[in-house]
Amino acid sequence: MWAYIAQRVLTSIPVILIVGVVTFSLLYVAPGDPAAIIGGDEASPEQLEQIRHQLGFDQPYHIQLGRWFLRMLKGDLGTSIFSKREIRELMAPRLQPTISLGIQVIFLSALLGVSTGMLAAWKAGARLDRGLMLFAVLGFATPGFWLAFILIWGLAVNLRWFPVIGYSPIGDGIIKHLHSMFLPVLVNSVLASAFISRITRSAMLEVLREDYIRTARAKGLAEFRVFIRHAFRPAAIPVITVIGAAMASLATGFVVTERVFGIPGLGRMLVEAIARRDYPIIQALLMSVATFYILVNLVVDIVYAYVDPRIRY
Amino acid sequence: MTSGKTNGKTAGQKGSGTSNGASNNGPLLQIKDLQTYFYSPGGVVKAVDGVSFDLRESETLGLVGESGCGKSVTALSIMRLIPDPPGRIVGGQVIFNGVDLLQVSDAEMRKVRGSEIAMIFQEPMTSLNPVLTIERQLTEPLELHMSMTRRQANARASELLEIVGIPDPESRLRGYPHQMSGGQRQRVMIAMALSCNPKILIADEATTALDVTIQAQILELMKDLTVRFGTSLIIITHNLGVVARYANRVNVMYAGKIREAGDAEDIYGTPKHPYTVGLLQSVPRLDVATTARLAPIRGEIPSLMNLPAGCAFRDRCDWAVERCAVDDPPLLDVGKTHTSACWEHARVELKKRVAAQ
Repeated sequence: MWAYIAQRVLTSIPVILIVGVVTFSLLYVAPGDPAAIIGGDEASPEQLEQIRHQLGFDQPYHIQLGRWFLRMLKGDLGTSIFSKREIRELMAPRLQPTISLGIQVIFLSALLGVSTGMLAAWKAGARLDRGLMLFAVLGFATPGFWLAFILIWGLAVNLRWFPVIGYSPIGDGIIKHLHSMFLPVLVNSVLASAFISRITRSAMLEVLREDYIRTARAKGLAEFRVFIRHAFRPAAIPVITVIGAAMASLATGFVVTERVFGIPGLGRMLVEAIARRDYPIIQALLMSVATFYILVNLVVDIVYAYVDPRIRY
Repeated sequence: MTSGKTNGKTAGQKGSGTSNGASNNGPLLQIKDLQTYFYSPGGVVKAVDGVSFDLRESETLGLVGESGCGKSVTALSIMRLIPDPPGRIVGGQVIFNGVDLLQVSDAEMRKVRGSEIAMIFQEPMTSLNPVLTIERQLTEPLELHMSMTRRQANARASELLEIVGIPDPESRLRGYPHQMSGGQRQRVMIAMALSCNPKILIADEATTALDVTIQAQILELMKDLTVRFGTSLIIITHNLGVVARYANRVNVMYAGKIREAGDAEDIYGTPKHPYTVGLLQSVPRLDVATTARLAPIRGEIPSLMNLPAGCAFRDRCDWAVERCAVDDPPLLDVGKTHTSACWEHARVELKKRVAAQ
């Protein structure tokens, strides 16, 4: 098991390196001149040249890449071109909303998805199953931004159950925090839980056709025990995969959600940085997202091995 | 470990109420006119259509026939493990200890499965749960049917593995199925099936997926253990060689029905059904000159969806007469304990093998 984990960790390293090169290069070739933005409209060509020199933009590609990597390795994410402040410092207050949103969304969609999927598989073919799967299809088909506006209009503007916009940090009280986050969490959970639900159902139904389920029944086990003890764990692999994928897709989903609900998280920081061509921030955030993806993959791989003993060897 | 031991090695003396009912020397298990149909969009498949037979205590019964003749469906019907939909047991009785198993509640039936009647399946590679330890899978029926504690069940599980000839049981118990070979997994299946001292063990093609030397070992093991525990054994196979060696009685099935039934010697010595004759003549034998031609049965099994009237085997039969096309023969007495479903049974006999040119 430890050898397996070590091997997974080692294979993650080249992936991070490649992602780094790609991230850096994309912005290197992207149009737009940060020097022009910093200098403003009145800057003379000489001044622009000086700004480029200060920031190292006049160096050849590989020197810039090497310097950038070295700084990243030291944990120095760089300095914002726009505000001249350390990016780490800028990111710190933005972490809490985004991480809190992520944890809540994953928790809620895994809970909803797995439980409804199991229920549908247990009642396969019955009315409950068909009802749940209809909901799942609707969940798939509904665009997040549309659902967000419908919910804001219905639950926040008309009924006034939830704030239309705005964010209460955890420091202001956990209930208040959860309340302010309810709508964004719900909107983001719909798609993921619909997906998890369908996968759970089909994985369970597939496992229930296996020979070893017949063996379990032939032992005289009650159907519920067959379902939980013999079918659920083998069916968990595809479900874990989907939960992992849902986590990964969150990172992009938040760019929209945070904007719609006015949450001061990393997603909004990214949008603002792109608008200002604040390259160091964009690079730092992309690297963070990519590292997060890789970590999620790593965790998923390790959970696989825990669930299915055949993977450990 | 003391209580586990008393439970284990004295088979047939289990305290539970139902298992002592069969002491009146009647058959242990009686199948009467069993009908199991499968409903598909294309029509009804009569996989088992009116099968009747008895199984006596400590007897070994062979159920023989080619693929799709209804052997496995018969076995799964006895266990009430027919997947529904698409299958359903539409008629008949399965009388075990004086109780019709087809009428009892699901909860009652679960007390029979694994405890009174156990089953071993064809595919050892896929019949064990890949994510549970051998120990967990072996102790499950012990805790369920024998009311053992975890500790007792663990000790008994290790003993069972030893009985079925798996070396180093302690470390094997902590392992998983994928760490074992097919033969070893089938041994685990046998240990699991016999763990609660069932009255009946059904081995559904239990050795078919194994290679020949392992097949013999597994069969010997099953035979030894069923004799030792006084368990009745139903061997389901398409391999007549297997049955010849182990079965007391043989039922030959074809197209959902039993076509010939009798003591093993009668079935092998003086078969009275053309299908049995065909099966026997298509088995290669070491005591016949290698130049002798094998005589396969011509044609193929008819679709069970729309069986025409008359005998289902007549298109492949060398003895067929006009009557066979209209009248499906019932099982007719051809000896004291020998029946054959053939109008022309008096003419049917094994042919001498002809040497090939």
